[in-house]
Amino acid sequence: MTMSAARGVLRVVEHHAFVYRRTWRGTVFSTFLNPILFLAAIGVGLGSFVDSSNPSGVEGVSYMMFLAPGILVATAMNTATFESTYPVMAGIRWLKTYVAMILSPLDSRHVATGQLVWVGLRLTFGAIVFLGVMVVFGATDVPHAVAMLPVAVLTGVAFAAPIQAFAAAQTNDAPFAVLFRFVIMPMFIFSGTFFPISQLPDALQVVAVLTPLWHAVALSRGIALDMLDPALALVNVAYLTAFAVVGLLASYRTFSRRLAE
Amino acid sequence: MSTDSKSPLIHARGLTKRFGEFTAVDSVDFDVAPGEAFGFLGPNGAGKTSTMRMIGCISPVTEGDLEVLGMDPERDGSAIRGRLGVVPQADTLDTELTVKENLLIYGRYFDLSYKEAGRRADELLEFVQLTDRANDEVEPLSGGMKRRLTIARALINEPSVLLLDEPTTGLDPQARHLVWERLYRLKRQGVTLILTTHYMDEAEQLCDRLVVMDKARIVAEGSPQSLIEQYSSREVLELRFEDGVTPDLEGKLDDIVERTEQLPDRLLLYADDGEKVAEVLHEQGIHPLSQLVRRSSLEDVFLRLTGRRLFE
Repeated sequence: MTMSAARGVLRVVEHHAFVYRRTWRGTVFSTFLNPILFLAAIGVGLGSFVDSSNPSGVEGVSYMMFLAPGILVATAMNTATFESTYPVMAGIRWLKTYVAMILSPLDSRHVATGQLVWVGLRLTFGAIVFLGVMVVFGATDVPHAVAMLPVAVLTGVAFAAPIQAFAAAQTNDAPFAVLFRFVIMPMFIFSGTFFPISQLPDALQVVAVLTPLWHAVALSRGIALDMLDPALALVNVAYLTAFAVVGLLASYRTFSRRLAE
Repeated sequence: MSTDSKSPLIHARGLTKRFGEFTAVDSVDFDVAPGEAFGFLGPNGAGKTSTMRMIGCISPVTEGDLEVLGMDPERDGSAIRGRLGVVPQADTLDTELTVKENLLIYGRYFDLSYKEAGRRADELLEFVQLTDRANDEVEPLSGGMKRRLTIARALINEPSVLLLDEPTTGLDPQARHLVWERLYRLKRQGVTLILTTHYMDEAEQLCDRLVVMDKARIVAEGSPQSLIEQYSSREVLELRFEDGVTPDLEGKLDDIVERTEQLPDRLLLYADDGEKVAEVLHEQGIHPLSQLVRRSSLEDVFLRLTGRRLFE
């Protein structure tokens, strides 16, 4: 009996779902409350400040309309980063649940792909909730929300794949704090989520354009505000997809090194 | 692909594992027959675990030939693993799941239906005496219970070969005996057991045949009894002296003692009849602080073969 790739991946996803059945309560707060707090505090609170001093709006729309599609993909990035660091370290080193998997017909590729697919499912669920909150806050409508969903998931996966490759290569969790502080956090702030990058000095604009989050924000906001440039959108999608694919291939290497040596 | 009852289940020739410059397993040869309990005995770092991981198709072979269940680990790793049960050295139980859920999800890895996995899980929990803990969390279980649960998990696919890496390391004596007793039962049911251990009593209790490993190589092979007969005397006289100072015995016992071994805390005299050696010592006016006559063990075999003890 040889395990087909799809079936092997499915078994790994099943494992994550099994565990999630017992641990989901702890994630409810961050999944539901974070978007509400964010949109309420920053969108409405800060937004009224911005809008009153900026009657023509940010890029022609209210701050809430401008901000929400950016926060949507940035949240996907944050979720993906968290879900691809500590849980991977746990699977390989702390709880060794991944080590147990490869004693069965599953192999390290099934484990790596299954981890990514699982994070993709979590991202999908989180993004649906976020988009629902956006609709409730009037930051978008349902058709636009539906169109933004795949962008949010692609964004998350584009981060999750290289980060799980990175996480598997680490021997302890100290580098994760560095990743959050010096990579994810600056990207969160400076990649066009909160303000157009045209506000940045020229040199930093170049750096911002190279970050995957900028491409994600461009797509998401382009859809939300009906100002998508198809050619640029294609570049955005290709850029994010490249991160996902290269990241997954890299994680095959690092997972295999850690699990099967 | 099939294995008839005569051909070995595991066949290794020149099997080698290197990690960069470091050679963990250096060209070892061995065969394991169906139904046999086969052991790798040796100290930590001898290469036992690396050998097991190659047999378990987890770690790729660097060099040499290895056949498991008549298949090639490199090509058929997944299929081989589907027919093996593996009890790794470190606990890899899922502490976020209950005892029974650990077995259920593991059964899924082997493509069992939930119904079938559930049926086998109940049976196996009975077998390892954990039925009353089925719906408990894993974490509060004792070390012995966790090890038994890991053994149950390794049996979920009804494997014909069970690989056990240091199955009782870290367990208290009572827990060890419980594990051994379950392993005997499996052996009686015809399951082939392959285990590593650095406990000579475990090797003597469980193994029909074993290889002694030291520094990445196999240094001897045989049944526990034949190894003892070949490499040691029937009995050993252990002596301790005041302040650890050993009197000069040079030439005094040559005709009745085959070999002596000076350890930091005691002197071992290998002889057919330990009592008689003790008597001769007394007649010569030598009075040790304490003396003990015992049967030779695999520990003595190991000492003879390597000049070192299993635990150092």
